Amino acid sequence: MPVRPLHASTERRLVTTRLHIDWTRCDGHGSCVELLPDQLGVDDFGFPVPRSGQRDPVVPRRAEDAARHAVRNCPVMALRMYDAAS
Amino acid sequence: MTTAPSALARRLLDGAGADHEAHVARYGALPGLRLDDLLAAVADSGLTGRGGGGFPAATKVRAVAQGARRPVVVGNGIEGEPLSSKDAVLLNRNPHLVLDGLEVLARALHAKRAILAVGPEIEPGPVTDAARRRPVHLVALAGGFVAGQETALVNGLNGQAPLPRDPFTRVTESGVDDRPTLVLNVETLAQIALVARYGATWFRSAGLPDDPGTSLFTISGSVSRPGVIEAERGARLSDALAPARPVRPAAVLVGGYHGAWVPASDLGARLTRAELAPYSASVGTGILHVLDTETCPLDLSADVMDYLARQSARQCGPCLNGLPRMASDLHRLAVGVRDPDLPNELERMAALVTGRGACAHPDGSARFVASTLRVFRGHVAAHLEGRCPSARSTRARSVAS
Repeated sequence: MPVRPLHASTERRLVTTRLHIDWTRCDGHGSCVELLPDQLGVDDFGFPVPRSGQRDPVVPRRAEDAARHAVRNCPVMALRMYDAAS
Repeated sequence: MTTAPSALARRLLDGAGADHEAHVARYGALPGLRLDDLLAAVADSGLTGRGGGGFPAATKVRAVAQGARRPVVVGNGIEGEPLSSKDAVLLNRNPHLVLDGLEVLARALHAKRAILAVGPEIEPGPVTDAARRRPVHLVALAGGFVAGQETALVNGLNGQAPLPRDPFTRVTESGVDDRPTLVLNVETLAQIALVARYGATWFRSAGLPDDPGTSLFTISGSVSRPGVIEAERGARLSDALAPARPVRPAAVLVGGYHGAWVPASDLGARLTRAELAPYSASVGTGILHVLDTETCPLDLSADVMDYLARQSARQCGPCLNGLPRMASDLHRLAVGVRDPDLPNELERMAALVTGRGACAHPDGSARFVASTLRVFRGHVAAHLEGRCPSARSTRARSVAS
């Protein structure tokens, strides 16, 4: 069986990157929503809402840089990214 | 010598109180089990957590057994749910069985500490007497609806405010004193004490193959004999309620304020995951609250939602803001405000807060609201037409829009 590159775009990834929101920290500053408009919306009260409905939304590869910015720029350090088996 | 109670006898409630000799005479001596043997027995028994989540007990035990450091074992006796008193009754009548569960686990896991945490709902006398001369630290903590959430309990035991924390790091990895921490409801511990003594096959002689054993239920509301009973898992709702003698039931709230309604027409349903799923209900902590046909379900639900909103730990934005919004909209519906968008708006808000908090409070509150709208759909429609079908309604009938 030929060995195929792990991250080839046609290949199902073995590991997915997810974004975790610590709701006890989040104050709804909104920089994550601006950086990740395809992944996060905003609710009636100004807090982020994962558009996928997932508790910890999957971060697609194309959004990983923006997600890293969001993690770094969150003024209350409420975000983190982690890898999980898909 | 075996002193195993017969399959259908009350396993938990016929305890010997705080007298240890009488306890040993009733149940036999507590065996010392190696971790592998205890884990196998608990796994084979199919025991699930009796504190609300219904998670397999063996999975939790295994999680702390794999930790690098010696774990802490915690008995959760914080019974913050106002409709529940089964933990208080159990700790009053059978404290040694709960302590047995803690002790057998602590020994098998070579735990650093075993702690029994009790809230203000627990009568201190019997459990204090029983815990004397047993290798368990008894800790009394402040109560509140969310204080029994696993992470809130761990924070409380670590000397911090007893509020839920972000669950990203599980307490089974790092909890009390940063050690792997096993938190089990006190009833779950009592069940483990029975499994340790009599084995998985005996445990399975009550209940159903995929939901074995017995459970404690707290029955309240429109019944002539409220109180705590022990019933087989998978009993029909009508059979579980029968000893309490329901009076003119319209619906039963299963699982408490974080639970869901089952209409009185469906009381033949069994108390199993599968048969309660159509109602989004689960056995949870075993609360069965009967609503009578004369009380307005929207009045009652609005008051419950007020309470839930007040019990928010006020840490997480969606819960802090969304729960009062739902309480306010339910009240508007209850008093007969004829705004046809109210049900949709309530459903939207319930979906919006779900999954967006550090603990189960927003999800459970949303489940209750969604269930109220679904089960009492006809009642909601009547209110929107300016009338209330309930005989004792104090609000909608007299309110003009």
